[in-house]
Amino acid sequence: MTVLLSLVVLLPLFGAATALILRRRPVQRALSFVTLGMSLVAATSVLVDAWSNDEVNVVRMGGWPGSFAITFVADRLASVMVVIALTVTLLVLLYSVGQKSAGERSAFYHPVYMVMSAGISQAFLAGDLFNLFVAFEILLMASYVLLTLEGSDAQIRSGTTYVVLNVIESMVLVTAVGLIFAATGTVSMAELPARLATLPDGARMGLQLLLLVAFGIKAAVFPLFFWLPDSYPTAPSSVSAVFAGLLTKVGVYCLIRTQTLLFPGELNDLIVVVGALTMALGVLGAISHTDMKRILSFHIVSQIGYMVFGLGIGGTTAIAATIFYLIHHIPVKTSLFLVEGIIERDTGSSSFDAVSGLARRSPAFAAVFLVPALSLAGLPPLSGFLAKFAIVRAGVDAEQWLAVAVALAVSLLTLVSMTKIWVGAFWGDVEPATSIGVGILRRHALMSTATALVVALSLAIAVGAGPLYDFASKAAEQVLDIAGYVSAVKS
Amino acid sequence: MSLSLLILSGVLFAAGSYLLMERSLTRIALGVGVLGNGVNVLIVVAGSDPADAPIIGRVGELTDPLPQALVLTAIVIGFALLSFVLALAWRNWTITENDEVEDDVEDRLIIRRNSGSSKSTDARHREDVSP
Repeated sequence: MTVLLSLVVLLPLFGAATALILRRRPVQRALSFVTLGMSLVAATSVLVDAWSNDEVNVVRMGGWPGSFAITFVADRLASVMVVIALTVTLLVLLYSVGQKSAGERSAFYHPVYMVMSAGISQAFLAGDLFNLFVAFEILLMASYVLLTLEGSDAQIRSGTTYVVLNVIESMVLVTAVGLIFAATGTVSMAELPARLATLPDGARMGLQLLLLVAFGIKAAVFPLFFWLPDSYPTAPSSVSAVFAGLLTKVGVYCLIRTQTLLFPGELNDLIVVVGALTMALGVLGAISHTDMKRILSFHIVSQIGYMVFGLGIGGTTAIAATIFYLIHHIPVKTSLFLVEGIIERDTGSSSFDAVSGLARRSPAFAAVFLVPALSLAGLPPLSGFLAKFAIVRAGVDAEQWLAVAVALAVSLLTLVSMTKIWVGAFWGDVEPATSIGVGILRRHALMSTATALVVALSLAIAVGAGPLYDFASKAAEQVLDIAGYVSAVKS
Repeated sequence: MSLSLLILSGVLFAAGSYLLMERSLTRIALGVGVLGNGVNVLIVVAGSDPADAPIIGRVGELTDPLPQALVLTAIVIGFALLSFVLALAWRNWTITENDEVEDDVEDRLIIRRNSGSSKSTDARHREDVSP
């Protein structure tokens, strides 16, 4: 089992190196599918182990003892995140092969894509803070390249904002790691809870704030979210889909780890306020736009707010709701970007003013958009409803009335802005002169298949919500059990 | 703990942050380098006091190897970041013939909204957000 766990990260890196040497596109494509597929199999077996046997799998690279080794820790939360991330990266890979964008034709697309996947998995599995920083750098460096791969004017402009902001984030993170090392003499997440508890309150809060700022930039929470709606829309749809689905969630995941393992129960009120403001400002930004990619990008921010709100409430039910939200949100957000990409590819525009009547031209395609859109807004019986219900119920239990009210209002506004896209692009008159939208699914068969599979994944989450929520509750218990984590990693 | 190294780290942080806030991409690249070195010095200071090299078999007071391993990794990462920012600055120069970070779409939208008449705002809005 321990071998499998390290393979999850090592296989894509090995695949990337091989793909850089063998530069022929069919070979690179095959390599991407095979290595990511194999990583997914390895990750799934780790997840099955975590699900059924209550195992916390720990790997120490090179067999070094204790806190000296590079440690990978796969508890329930980490392994489920790795599995869902790899599933989505694999499906988006299929989509990007069908998309035939200028980016995918570059000899660097597939190697960099695999490196990003390795970075994401490593960030979920990292067992010490420095290793986490390295994982962030791996996935960020890959994301810089993917974002600016076409080298167009718009990409370079927004890429600059993205790179500079994330460089600042990296610097804050590594400064935090350095200061934590200075204060405690360790960076191992298993040693830190005990040692941090002995620090003076002021020093501990300073370190926590540094980590919150670093992960907050990555997760795009208020007031550090402004880079996201500016940079994501310029990338090719496949790239912005995987960024939207996964990269911000890595930030949220790290926020969960910081708040539950390193600084349990501290500054929770601040996090609730930040969560409420993130929800509200994100959705207001979404409502003010007519470009679909921008609307969807603002919705990422708004949805992150829900997860941060759940994290701020604290306690097993709220953390379980947050974990469920995290799992549900990845396929939903990804599929919306994928649908938008098909529209853009077919019509040449991502503004819903330029497109209309798609529902009449292709009802099946409209359904593929409608399911994740309604799920994002939180309509029953889709997974978004269950996730929002769980968060709101936890909020009501904790008597956070104001934030609960914001959450409900934001949900309504999300529905309004999804309706705007629906009315703009899918309803309305069909222009008889053009053939826009006719046979849209058939013409982009590969892209549509990949999108439909991601939508099916989100539907599966809704159908299997019962067992999945139980799993999320157990994962939350495990995340909150600091002593259990420490003993599992140290033994 | 060495006071001079701490002060050096502080100076590098201050200079790096200042450079990062500049409009010109080359200065931002310099800022990335300077700030990165400030962080590296900080990590070295965070380790133990300077002492003998930590090699198996030696006895007496040895220095802590962990922060040095961390700094080595951080230097490599900083180098990669700096090269990427330089490549980005070069690409920006070949496209726009200047070295400045441009306003983002939102900023341009707001500027136009305030300066133009409100009548044609919608048309501009559309044209501007779909570049």
